[in-house]
Amino acid sequence: MKALKRIHGRAIPFGRRNVDTDLIIAASHLKTVRRAGLGRHAFAAARAERGNVFDDPAFAGAPILIAGENFGCGSSREHAAWALADMGIEAVIAPSFSDIFAGNAFRNGIAAIVLPRHAVDRLLDAAWRCPLTVDLEEMIVSSPLGHRFVFAMDPFRRRCLLEGCDEIALTLSHEEAIRAYEERTGT
Amino acid sequence: MSPVPRTLYEKIWDAHVVTRGEDGTCLLYVDRHLVHEVTSPQAFEGLRAAGRRVRRPDLTLAVADHNLPTTRRVDEKGRRLPIDDPESAGQLAALEANVAEFGIPSIEAIAPEQGIVHVVGPEQGFTLPGTILVCGDSHTAAHGALGALAFGIGTSEVEHVLATQTLWMPRSRTMEVRVDGRLGFGVSAKDLILFLIGRIGTAGGTGHVVEYRGDTFADMSVEGRLTVANMTIEAGARSGLFAPDEATFAYLKGRPMAPRGEAWDRAVAGWRGLATDEGAHFDRSVRIDASEVAPTVTWGTSPEDVAPITGKVPEPDSFADPARRAAARKALDYMGLVPGQRLQDVAVEHIFIGSCTNSRIEDLRAAAEIVRGRRIDARIKQALVVPGSGLVKRQAEAEGLDRIFTEAGFDWREPGCSACLGMNPDKVPPQGRCASTSNRNFVGRQGPGARTHLVSPAMAAAAAVTGRLADVRELVKP
Repeated sequence: MKALKRIHGRAIPFGRRNVDTDLIIAASHLKTVRRAGLGRHAFAAARAERGNVFDDPAFAGAPILIAGENFGCGSSREHAAWALADMGIEAVIAPSFSDIFAGNAFRNGIAAIVLPRHAVDRLLDAAWRCPLTVDLEEMIVSSPLGHRFVFAMDPFRRRCLLEGCDEIALTLSHEEAIRAYEERTGT
Repeated sequence: MSPVPRTLYEKIWDAHVVTRGEDGTCLLYVDRHLVHEVTSPQAFEGLRAAGRRVRRPDLTLAVADHNLPTTRRVDEKGRRLPIDDPESAGQLAALEANVAEFGIPSIEAIAPEQGIVHVVGPEQGFTLPGTILVCGDSHTAAHGALGALAFGIGTSEVEHVLATQTLWMPRSRTMEVRVDGRLGFGVSAKDLILFLIGRIGTAGGTGHVVEYRGDTFADMSVEGRLTVANMTIEAGARSGLFAPDEATFAYLKGRPMAPRGEAWDRAVAGWRGLATDEGAHFDRSVRIDASEVAPTVTWGTSPEDVAPITGKVPEPDSFADPARRAAARKALDYMGLVPGQRLQDVAVEHIFIGSCTNSRIEDLRAAAEIVRGRRIDARIKQALVVPGSGLVKRQAEAEGLDRIFTEAGFDWREPGCSACLGMNPDKVPPQGRCASTSNRNFVGRQGPGARTHLVSPAMAAAAAVTGRLADVRELVKP
């Protein structure tokens, strides 16, 4: 996984709450045995709506997505994170995320940024007019219009994002502890 | 000094810590790993690319369920029939090749034990109290019904568990959901969990592990508990736990993968000690009086959009939160409903009885009880009954339930995920309206444009015989 320190660019002001992973990528696209190529199927149902933000040329290739509460709820399908990554999304900003999606996102180099609703509302507004910057080192979301919102992030996940670490390799370095656990418990 | 009282969750957690990270994140040992065809191919590919092996194939069990068509799987001579959709066939072939290459025990697609992973795990005794069980599927929460700390994981985590038999986890907060009293006539475990989701919202349990407590749950069958635990994820919590009790032990005893003889006695003695200690602290507590719960249906596109069957489609402006108002307007537009409409006046054309939420023997019995001696309404275009496993199907057939359904006009199918998720041939067509015992009423979940009303098995049966959302209590006498 590549290291992620600072994300700068346009932010898609989607804004919808309870965005479930079926909406991000429908089950009919889960039959693939690969990770790549899901971006063009992302948000298909939302894209079918006239005047949707995803088809607005201003947001083509935007690296940030802004949504409402409980983003990524429902199915655990990591295909949702793969589809977002394939679209070029590197950060999602929302007032809250589902636990499973938040984990899937960070494992695919996507920062799930939690900000209070009032901050998200202001960024949704700003996103129509200017690019945003998400700084993972400083833990700040900012805009050229003077917005500046500090966020918190699980230190383990933040470090993994900043360093682009291989989680399995990290765990395998604890092989002795895993073996000791198996011996102790007779597993 | 007496030890600090602990919850069931804390006991299971403490018993599985392999090592602690500096920030409190723990590396936990995983006792059981269920694998299915949809969320595993990229994980196996990752192992191959890195030259890694599966650390403990003996703690892993694979079964295909999502893609499998629910039509006949073998010909007259018992030979396996091919799957028409090349992508589905490819994903199944990939699973079969991967389990062979990595030496993972599996249940074949045409084996009598095949079924939905969350039905198969408990049924085989693969799911045991006090274990940590994971699967690349959010409804893994179901296994918490037996006192297993069970949660859905993404494919990267599937790969991580295959390679290391562990997961890094942050400690969750704890939430007690206490329900006391008796569920009313015609009210089931499904109605109760829908009611709870309506009460706390789809993000109400985010960051928490739920423990279900109180005498309503103590009196509930293991099948009912599986339904409740299953939909915990729809309330935002990754796991929902029930303390193992006599009902749990009776359910598990003699299951093929459960311990036997002396090992069984030792296991039960250990499981008895798992219950939450007197005085243990929960970060949040929700209380429900069981008598408040009516047969419940969803009207929108989120499982929190619930109402009693006696109610009406809500007025979006009745919601205080502007975001919720906007969501309700959008949902009603998608669902083709108007505010103020009586829910019992909503006509349905599709019925789905099945899914990991409601496809166990008790669910089929409850539906058959309503269907017995009746016919599905003339307006119903498709009515599916899809048992959760081959063993459930066999049991139902031994009880004659299949004939009750087929004589009423239902299709009696082979086990699988079926019309829950629009991934195999069982779908609801665009603008089709379905009374469904599944778990998600999301936009497009049962097929593009499909309109889903989540209900209990008895309520799905009531909808089938009336052609509309109906109050099951009006069809049977207490």
